[in-house]
Amino acid sequence: MNLLSQSVLRAAEGTEIPVVAPDAGAGGVFDLLWLVIALPLLGAFLLLGVAPFLKGSLKEAVDKHGHLLGTATSVASFVLSLVLFVSLLGRGEEERQIGQQLWTWFETATISVGMDLLYDPLAALFLLLITGVGSLIHVYAIGYMEHDPRRRRFFGYLNLFVAAMLTLILSANFVGLFLGWEGVGLASYLLIGFWQHKPSAAAAAKKAFVINRVGDIGLSLAIALMFATFGTTDFAAVSEVAGEADQGTLNALGLLLLLGACGKSAQVPLQAWLLDAMEGPTPVSALIHAATMVTAGVYLVVRSNFIYELTPVAQTAVVVVATVTLLWGAILGCAKDDIKKALAGSTMSQIGYMMLAAGLGPAGYPYAIFHLLTHGFFKANMFLGAGSVMHGMNDDVDMRHYGALRKAMPVTFLTFAMGYLAIIGFPGFSGFWSKDRIIETALAENLFVGLLALLGAGITAFYMTRLMLMTFFTEKRWAKDVHPHESPKVMTFPLIVLAALSVLGGVLLLGDWIKKWLEPVTGTVEHHEPPLPAIVITLIITAVVAIGVAAAWFLVGRREIPREAPQDVSFATRAARADLYGDAINDAVVVRPGASLVGGLATFDRVGVDGAVEGGSAAVGGLSSTLRRVQNGFVRSYALSLLAGALLVVLALLAVNLG
Amino acid sequence: MTFWLLAPIMVAAALGILFVRKAVHAALLLAVVMISLAVLYAVLDAPFLFAVQIIVYTGAILMLFLFVMMLIGVDASDSTVETIRGQRVMAVVLGLLFGTVLVVGISQVTFGAVVGLDEANAGGNVPAIANILFSKYVFAFEATSALLITAALGAMVLAHRERLTPKLGQADLAAQRMRDYAEHGKHLGPLPSPGVYARHNAVDTPALLPDGTAAESSVSRVLAARGTVRSAPALADDIDDVRRQIGGLDGHSDPTTMPETSGKAGAPAHTEEDVQKGEEK
Amino acid sequence: MTQYIVLSAILFTIGCVGVLTRRNAIVVFMCVELMLNACNLAFVAFAKQHGNLDGQITAFFVMVVAAAEVVIGLAIIMTIFRTRRSASVDDASLLKY
Repeated sequence: MNLLSQSVLRAAEGTEIPVVAPDAGAGGVFDLLWLVIALPLLGAFLLLGVAPFLKGSLKEAVDKHGHLLGTATSVASFVLSLVLFVSLLGRGEEERQIGQQLWTWFETATISVGMDLLYDPLAALFLLLITGVGSLIHVYAIGYMEHDPRRRRFFGYLNLFVAAMLTLILSANFVGLFLGWEGVGLASYLLIGFWQHKPSAAAAAKKAFVINRVGDIGLSLAIALMFATFGTTDFAAVSEVAGEADQGTLNALGLLLLLGACGKSAQVPLQAWLLDAMEGPTPVSALIHAATMVTAGVYLVVRSNFIYELTPVAQTAVVVVATVTLLWGAILGCAKDDIKKALAGSTMSQIGYMMLAAGLGPAGYPYAIFHLLTHGFFKANMFLGAGSVMHGMNDDVDMRHYGALRKAMPVTFLTFAMGYLAIIGFPGFSGFWSKDRIIETALAENLFVGLLALLGAGITAFYMTRLMLMTFFTEKRWAKDVHPHESPKVMTFPLIVLAALSVLGGVLLLGDWIKKWLEPVTGTVEHHEPPLPAIVITLIITAVVAIGVAAAWFLVGRREIPREAPQDVSFATRAARADLYGDAINDAVVVRPGASLVGGLATFDRVGVDGAVEGGSAAVGGLSSTLRRVQNGFVRSYALSLLAGALLVVLALLAVNLG
Repeated sequence: MTFWLLAPIMVAAALGILFVRKAVHAALLLAVVMISLAVLYAVLDAPFLFAVQIIVYTGAILMLFLFVMMLIGVDASDSTVETIRGQRVMAVVLGLLFGTVLVVGISQVTFGAVVGLDEANAGGNVPAIANILFSKYVFAFEATSALLITAALGAMVLAHRERLTPKLGQADLAAQRMRDYAEHGKHLGPLPSPGVYARHNAVDTPALLPDGTAAESSVSRVLAARGTVRSAPALADDIDDVRRQIGGLDGHSDPTTMPETSGKAGAPAHTEEDVQKGEEK
Repeated sequence: MTQYIVLSAILFTIGCVGVLTRRNAIVVFMCVELMLNACNLAFVAFAKQHGNLDGQITAFFVMVVAAAEVVIGLAIIMTIFRTRRSASVDDASLLKY
């Protein structure tokens, strides 16, 4: 592993790992930090905890207008985040870490965990993304869920998710982070299974929940290890003393945290749940399974930079996982006909890019976050666009039934196109800047990984172009009773805003702003020069993307697309359609051995343990029922036993006294 | 000498208890054992116990046994079939083993010289026992008195039978008689005495009604059940005998003209035929 | 003195066997009495052996207790006989498995 780590990453001399040192007495608007979480939490409480107990007309009113409350809390939270962000901008670079101690959560003799918040440049960006995109999706969902009888509950769940996600981001220690981490897991489970009457949705929710628990084991073990090693999980304290721990502990910590991140961010080998999670309502796919929750793993790695910087082994593991995932997701995206699943594969792949950047150390952290933000914009945009398309197509998700929708739904088409151009990295669009920087950094750190990332960019261009062509271009393949129409304004408004952000997201990179902004968190590093001048790399990337687009044009756009997916396809296509056998691998590696182990244990319990216990009891019982015959009720029999006993006593006496 | 005379008798009597079938015989055999024991007590310088053994055991306890035996049936005797499988064999085997072990064990013990009770009984056995009983064992003695009272009470409670119907008084009985007469026509007055108007006034001779028939209710039912009621013909012969001796009659007088013999026909009659036979005579 | 004790043992054993083999409750009782008497004989014999009247006193107490026991025992036999018309100890065997 050491050899590999050296080969993958260049030595990180000159890296300065920043210590988290929050300023607890910032005052002013920062005292309202808790309100960012409290607002959506209050919304969730009112919509989920109070509303079910209301009666009569009040209940009807809440059921009818509850979504407005849910949206309002989210928007209020966004406004507050914006104010906080501006306030943070106004502070000096050294003072941009604000702490807020709410209360002591729990305390034992040796450890004390506070309900503490940490607001720093990293959290500020996440706050804006979550509340901003979250609010837009709330607005979109007003239209999307209009006819759902359980809309109030849906918004309650969304608010719960936002509150949990904000807890995850704002917490100043790993335990608080874990609280939010589990909270978003719960919200994700509830929302994937929102249409619980569909068995597939229920199964998908369960699958997501179970696979996430596997990752959570990693995170919780990491937290336990931190308690054991450092006696605390505060970011500030851990970042201060992390260097004193021995290498083995640090490696273990890094790998365990990576396991947690893999679960939440759908990285190989815990990737299987994400595609199934598309069973949830589309706003959920956009918010949770594209823009925010699935990026929590990236946040975790970036936030734990003070650990990863000390453990090249774990960093290498991050890079390997990320590289595999970005290709895995891209390949899946090429084969899926379900528009949401194609986008989900793309999400997986893009998160792979982020993880890759995060694994590259301080050089990559800012670009990981940058790509995370831009991805949040354009992927939410595209998911909502896909939802809009589905809305017009009677909830049909099969792209083979689309085609030529650009005229039928122009706003959706145009906004989707912005997202498309952003994700493939069309020059000038937000995705171009972020992905370009990641590939550039990867090439500088390790040529092989960089080349794979480059390949991924080409595949991304291919599958996104395929999706675009199948949906909006080519000839009509609609079902007979489908009459595509543009979605209502309440749905297109968020699309327009997100499309604008997808186009303009690149401004964050102006003058390396985001890099400097995140420097207090991610630290500085001496820059490795890429093997080629930056401009050349950019040109190469653009060329690769162009090749991908052209390939899609010739393979998809120029050909007739059958309404039914052809079955006589190559092995690679079949494999990709089957999620690269991810489920089969899980089945073979975990589920079936687990089932046989459990079956064996159950059999052992039934035959061995139960047999011993029940056999023993049966033996005693049988013996007893035989022995009880001695109690025959005849006094003379008892007297006989008495005489036998007396005889024994006399014999014993004689033996003792005469013997 | 006394011992060697009595010991075989006692063992034989005790074994007899095991083998006799009637409980009464067993009681008598037990009495033999007990009286022999009393004699042995006397031999063993225990005159007080000698008396108590005879008075209390043989006199009181054994009589109690006999008394109960009378109550539940003297004739009741054990069947010789053993109902519990193996009980008898095991009892004998274990008993023999037990006895053998005891005897062998005892015979292994040397008791040493006999101290004798001459000294203890110097002022007489009874005063000596009284001395100990009312000093050293006074509490035990008092306890036995409580025990005896408890036992007496217990016996009364056990033997007590709860009355289920109210006890009938004289008035109730009189009313009952009147009711029986009104409803069933049962004779109101006392039952006729046996022998009235009959040739014979013994209890086994039924009275005769004025029409010459026998009044069956005048004879005890027990006698009727035993079949010992006198029959008329037998009596008639007796009467004829007497007549011949006192009057020299031919023995074939007309019964109807002779009031003394008018009961002859009906008195012993159990059936209609008897009556007719008597009349023919 | 051994002969008295041996006689006592023999009588006791015979009493035992009687209790075990006879079924008439009254006879069983008699056998119990026989056993008690056998013990009394031993007590009286030991009293003489040790020159001490305690044995006789004990025998006296045994008699008292035996009297009490017989009173109660016979009352019980009477009660049972009254309800079951039987004096066999084997008939009173309902208290069993």
